[in-house]
Amino acid sequence: MLADLFTGSVLIGLLASGIRLATPYLYAAIGETFGQRSGVLNLGVDGIMLMGAFSAFYVVFKTGDLVGGVLLAMLVGLLMGLAMAFISVTLNAEQGISGIGVYLFGLGMSDLLFQKLINNVQTVSGFPVAPIPFLSDIPIVGQIFFTHNVLVYGAYLLVPIAWFVLNKTTLGLKIKAVGENPEAADTLGVSVAKIRYLTVTIGGLLSGVAGASLSIALLNVFQFNLTNGLGFIAIALVYFGGWRPTWVLMGSLIFSFVNALQIWVQVVGIPIPSDIAVMTPYILTIVVLVISAQRVRPPSALTKAYERLE
Amino acid sequence: MKRFGKLVIFLVMVAMLSTACATATPAAPAESTGPFRVAVVTPSAINDLAFSQSMYDALAKIQGEMGKDKFEFVLSDGMFVVDDAAAAIRDYASQGYNLVIAHGSQYGAALQEIAPDFPNVSFAWGTAGDTFGIPNVFAYEAFSQEGGYVNGVLAAALNKSGTIGVVGPVEVGDAKLYVDGFVAGVKATNPDITVNVNYIGSFGDVALASEAAQTHIGAGADVMTGSAQMVVGAVGVAKEKGVLWFGTQADQTSLAPEIVVACQIYDWAVVVRDMISLVQSGTMGGKAYAVSLENEGLKMVYNAGFALPADVKALGDAAVKGIIDGTVTIGVGGK
Repeated sequence: MLADLFTGSVLIGLLASGIRLATPYLYAAIGETFGQRSGVLNLGVDGIMLMGAFSAFYVVFKTGDLVGGVLLAMLVGLLMGLAMAFISVTLNAEQGISGIGVYLFGLGMSDLLFQKLINNVQTVSGFPVAPIPFLSDIPIVGQIFFTHNVLVYGAYLLVPIAWFVLNKTTLGLKIKAVGENPEAADTLGVSVAKIRYLTVTIGGLLSGVAGASLSIALLNVFQFNLTNGLGFIAIALVYFGGWRPTWVLMGSLIFSFVNALQIWVQVVGIPIPSDIAVMTPYILTIVVLVISAQRVRPPSALTKAYERLE
Repeated sequence: MKRFGKLVIFLVMVAMLSTACATATPAAPAESTGPFRVAVVTPSAINDLAFSQSMYDALAKIQGEMGKDKFEFVLSDGMFVVDDAAAAIRDYASQGYNLVIAHGSQYGAALQEIAPDFPNVSFAWGTAGDTFGIPNVFAYEAFSQEGGYVNGVLAAALNKSGTIGVVGPVEVGDAKLYVDGFVAGVKATNPDITVNVNYIGSFGDVALASEAAQTHIGAGADVMTGSAQMVVGAVGVAKEKGVLWFGTQADQTSLAPEIVVACQIYDWAVVVRDMISLVQSGTMGGKAYAVSLENEGLKMVYNAGFALPADVKALGDAAVKGIIDGTVTIGVGGK
C-alpha cells in the first residue's frame, strides 16, 4: 500500500494538486498581509472573495471574457476594500466587528445576485491550463510547477513582489512604520490614513482575484458560499506566517500539500478514518508554523484604530 | 465625530445583516380555514442541484397539484449555521405554520427542544429515522443506497479503465448509504473493478471536491460519482477531462450534459403529501418515512442527451426491478 502512495506519477500528481490548492489562499493571504502590516485586520476577506468570485463568474458566464472577469473581480474587491478602509480608518470602527460585517455583506449579496441574475448552478469555460514554454518540458518539475493556468502562476509571482515591496521599498517601510508605531510615523509626515487606505484596498483587490481564481480558473462554477470559509483560513495563514510573505507562502503550501496528501491517502485506500485524514492539514500547519514562527510578534498597532490628537 | 462614526457603523451593520438574511419571505397571518402552510429551513441554497433543491422541487410540485390557494410554502435557505436555523424554526412555529420542515440531520437536536413548545404545529426533519417519541414530530430518510446500487451497476458496465472514483462529503447519513450502495452495485457487476472512495470532510468545500476529482482521475478513474452540494466542483473537473458522472439527490444533467449518465433523484413529495393528509386529519406526527424506489420517492433519471447503450440501460432497469421485488440484496443499511 505505501509503495502505491509513492510511485513517481502519484507524487507528481500530489504535488501539482498542492500547488493548485494553495492559489486562492495565496492571493487572499498576501493581500491580508499588507493590511495587517499597516495595522488593519480585515476579517471580511471571505466575503470579498465571494463577491469577486461571483463578479468574475458572471462576466464569463455572460460574455466568455476571462480577462474582463478578472478585471471586474479586481474592481469589486477594490471597492469592498475601500469600504472596509472607510469603516475602519475614517470612522475608526472596531476592526473585528466591521470585518465580520463586510463578510456577511459579501456572503448575502453574492448569493442574492446569484439568485437574481443566474439562479441555478452552471459551469463555464475558465482559464485553460497554459504550460510555460521550455520550463514545462523539464521532467517532473515541469509537470508540478509549470503546467497550470495563468491565475496559479500569478499567485506565486505575487510572493516575491510582496516581499520586495515590504522589505526593499520606502512604501514598505512606511507600511511597517504605520503598523508598528502610527504616532511616530505620523510625526515624521507619513499619512497613517493614506497608507492604511492603500493597503486595505490592495488587500480587497487581491481577495477579489482570489475569488476569481476559484470561480473562473480552478472550479469554473459558482454556488452559494462557494469559498466555504477559505478566506478565514487565509487570515489564519497570515498570523501563522508571522506577517512575512515568504512564510505565508510556506504555510499555504504546507496546508495545501497535506490536504492533497490526505485525499491521495484515501483514494489509494490506506485505511485511515476519513475524519482523521481531513484533520491533518489543519493540525500539521498549526504545529509547523507555531514552531517556526515562535519569535515573531504581530505588528504593534494591529487592530488599533489611530486618531490624531488635534 | 467618534460617536457619530459608531452610529453610522451600527446602521451599516444592521443593513448588512438584513441583506445577509434576506432570503426568507414574510408570512401571511395565520388562519384556521386558509391554505395549508408549510415552512422549510434548508442548510444550503435551494438551487444547489442536490439536497436542498430536492425539497424545494417537491414542495413546488405539491403546490402545483393543490393550487396556490390551498397550499403555501416559504423557505429559508443557506442556514448552515444551526443556531440561525433553530431561530428560524422557532419563528415559523410561532407564526402558526401547519408544518415546519427542518431539512437537515444537523437540525435534530434543535427540533427536539423546540417541538414540545408548539404542540399545535407539526414538525418534520430529515434525513433521519427518529421522531424522538415526540407526538408532533415526523422524520424522513432516503434509502439512497438503492439508487446508489443502480448507478454502481451502470458505472461498472460503462467502465473501461478498471478504476472508478467516488467523491464523498462526510461519512454519515444518506451520503454514506449512497456511497456504500454504489460500491456494492459496482462489485456485484464486476468484482475486479477498483472503487476508490474518499470523503472530503465537508458538504460545502467545492475546491476540495474538485481536487479530489483530479486525484481520482490521476489514479485512473474514467467514471465517477459523488454526493452532496459540493460535488459541483467534481462535476466541473469530470466535464473538463471527459470522465463520466453519476449523480444523486437531484438531476445534475444541466451542469454537464456531455458526461452525466444518470442521476438518482429524491422526490420528497410522496412523504410530504402523506404528512399533509395526516395533519389535516389531526395526526400531528409520530411517523418515520423513507423514500425508496418502491414508493417512487427515489427515481432514476437518465440524461436523454447521453447515448447510453440499450444493454447497459437494461442492466439498470433490471437492478431497479430487482431492488423493488426484493430479488437484489444490496447489503447496505438493512436492504
